Amino acid sequence: MIPLEHYLYISAALFSLGVFGVLTRRNAVNVLMSIELIFNSANINLVAFSRFVEGALGGQVFALLVIVIAACEAAVALAIVMSLYRVMKNVNLDEAAELKG
Amino acid sequence: MSDAVQSLSRFLPELILMGALAVVIVADLLTQRRPLKSSTDLLNGITLVGLFGALVTSWQALGAVEAQSLFASMLADDGLLGVFRPIFCLTSIVVLLLSMRSKELEGVRLGEMLALLLTVTAALMWMAGSVNLVMIYLSLETVSVASYIMVGYLSSDRLSNEASLKYILFGAVSTGAMLFGLSLLYGMTGTLDLYGVRAALAEGAFGPGLLFVLILIAAGIGFKIAAAPFHFWCPDVYTGAPTPVTAFLSVGPKAAGFAILIRFFYLGLAEPAGGGAIAPVGGADWQMLLMMLAVITMTLGNVAALLQTNVKRLLAYSSIAHAGTMLMAACVLSVDGVQAIAAYLAIYLFMNLGAFAVVILAHRVTGSFEIDSYAGFWKRSPLLTVAMGIFLFSLMGIPPFAGFLAKWYVFAAVINAGLGWLAVIGVLNAAVAAFYYVKILRVMVIDQETGPTPALAFSRLDLGLLVLLVVPNVLGLLFWGSLDRVTEYSQTLLDLG
Repeated sequence: MIPLEHYLYISAALFSLGVFGVLTRRNAVNVLMSIELIFNSANINLVAFSRFVEGALGGQVFALLVIVIAACEAAVALAIVMSLYRVMKNVNLDEAAELKG
Repeated sequence: MSDAVQSLSRFLPELILMGALAVVIVADLLTQRRPLKSSTDLLNGITLVGLFGALVTSWQALGAVEAQSLFASMLADDGLLGVFRPIFCLTSIVVLLLSMRSKELEGVRLGEMLALLLTVTAALMWMAGSVNLVMIYLSLETVSVASYIMVGYLSSDRLSNEASLKYILFGAVSTGAMLFGLSLLYGMTGTLDLYGVRAALAEGAFGPGLLFVLILIAAGIGFKIAAAPFHFWCPDVYTGAPTPVTAFLSVGPKAAGFAILIRFFYLGLAEPAGGGAIAPVGGADWQMLLMMLAVITMTLGNVAALLQTNVKRLLAYSSIAHAGTMLMAACVLSVDGVQAIAAYLAIYLFMNLGAFAVVILAHRVTGSFEIDSYAGFWKRSPLLTVAMGIFLFSLMGIPPFAGFLAKWYVFAAVINAGLGWLAVIGVLNAAVAAFYYVKILRVMVIDQETGPTPALAFSRLDLGLLVLLVVPNVLGLLFWGSLDRVTEYSQTLLDLG
């Protein structure tokens, strides 16, 4: 059986990649994809812990709910990106900088 | 099954809000073809009735029944939730009244906005009641997703869209970090129940690992209360959002964030130490973490506010500073701190929403949110200037206004806990804050307007709104006893001493 540590390494790697993507990408859709990586790294953790801790099924339920919430959030985020595109004609975060001070 | 039925009977304010939500959605669809004015009036009326019903039922439930856990230990119906429920309802009622007078929302179909307002109000109550890691995440995300849409409601306005995008990107990253932290906490303790977390943490020392997890989780909660260094979204979003939504964000989600902060740290990461005090478990010094957050948040908020020329941006930094002040009370490690936060929020509601009410009424005439546009207001409308003066002096914490009482609660709790140095930093910050609040007043009273200066006229609704918000600020000290009695309920957290 694959030991718990391997799952944790993968999830830590995914989380770091997600944070890296959020910090470096300038396209709003790319940032959203990086955010999905962060959510899914947490999901891997939840399911792995649920598998390895005796009698703790809550983690799997939690992961299911996270998938649903992440889908809602992605839907709202993409709608906002579309709406911004209509006003601004691109989705570059560097140009969405009228608010500052 | 009987647990669910029994829980429903103690879930009345939330059920009323959900019922009003369903009616608003249907009524919005049925009145699509009607003239905008009549359909908006109808929807506003339904929403107001729903919120008012929730306010009355939550007020009646306050302190009337024993603390109890609901829905298989997902929520706790206790004094803390009891005190926060009316705060949320009042906030939403005032925001609804503000949205009726906002120039930005004129000529816009408000059906979805009102449905979202009702959803968020109910979700804020779930936040304040949650005692399970799943429920914490779920309620927090419900509030977040609905607020993202509210911020971007003016879909043809570039600033509103930009603010919404920034909000959702910052929000998703912080809640993602929080979720990662929650999943690790679940791995450490093997349970999602806050009381189970406490029991598991009490058995061993987790040290730096637990502290790392707590920093991740603090990112999610800090985002909701706009605490530095998780505040970057706050000034931009407050500036770009429609002003009534800004007013809502500065009170509602902030209050619920503090409720979750208290639940998570006081119930999940500490055990009762007798006499209302608590002792941290698990070997992570989270009191230090909160103190650092409080000092950074207060100082950054106040110093940055000094430099602002846009009044919405200034109030954004001011709300960050107020979050820092309340964070000081969260470092107290006893139920005194909980009461201080509840009392502070109850008063902060009236003073901050009052300031936003003046901003909205002024925007109707000047069409601007720049502080310079307030020049000559003393001549144009003494009434509005005096009202703004009362709100700002209250925000400063100067007696005899209610804001003094709020500050008094926090500083008394902090000093009683032996954290004198923290109180000193807090007082220094309050002194800095006076500068930028007075700056607004100076422009209103002393500066002369260059152009023509017609006198401002206000409708009855405007006057009623101002009176509603001014009275609690002026007479606050007279009701000290009742405030004390009501907020005392917040000390009865479920299963804490």
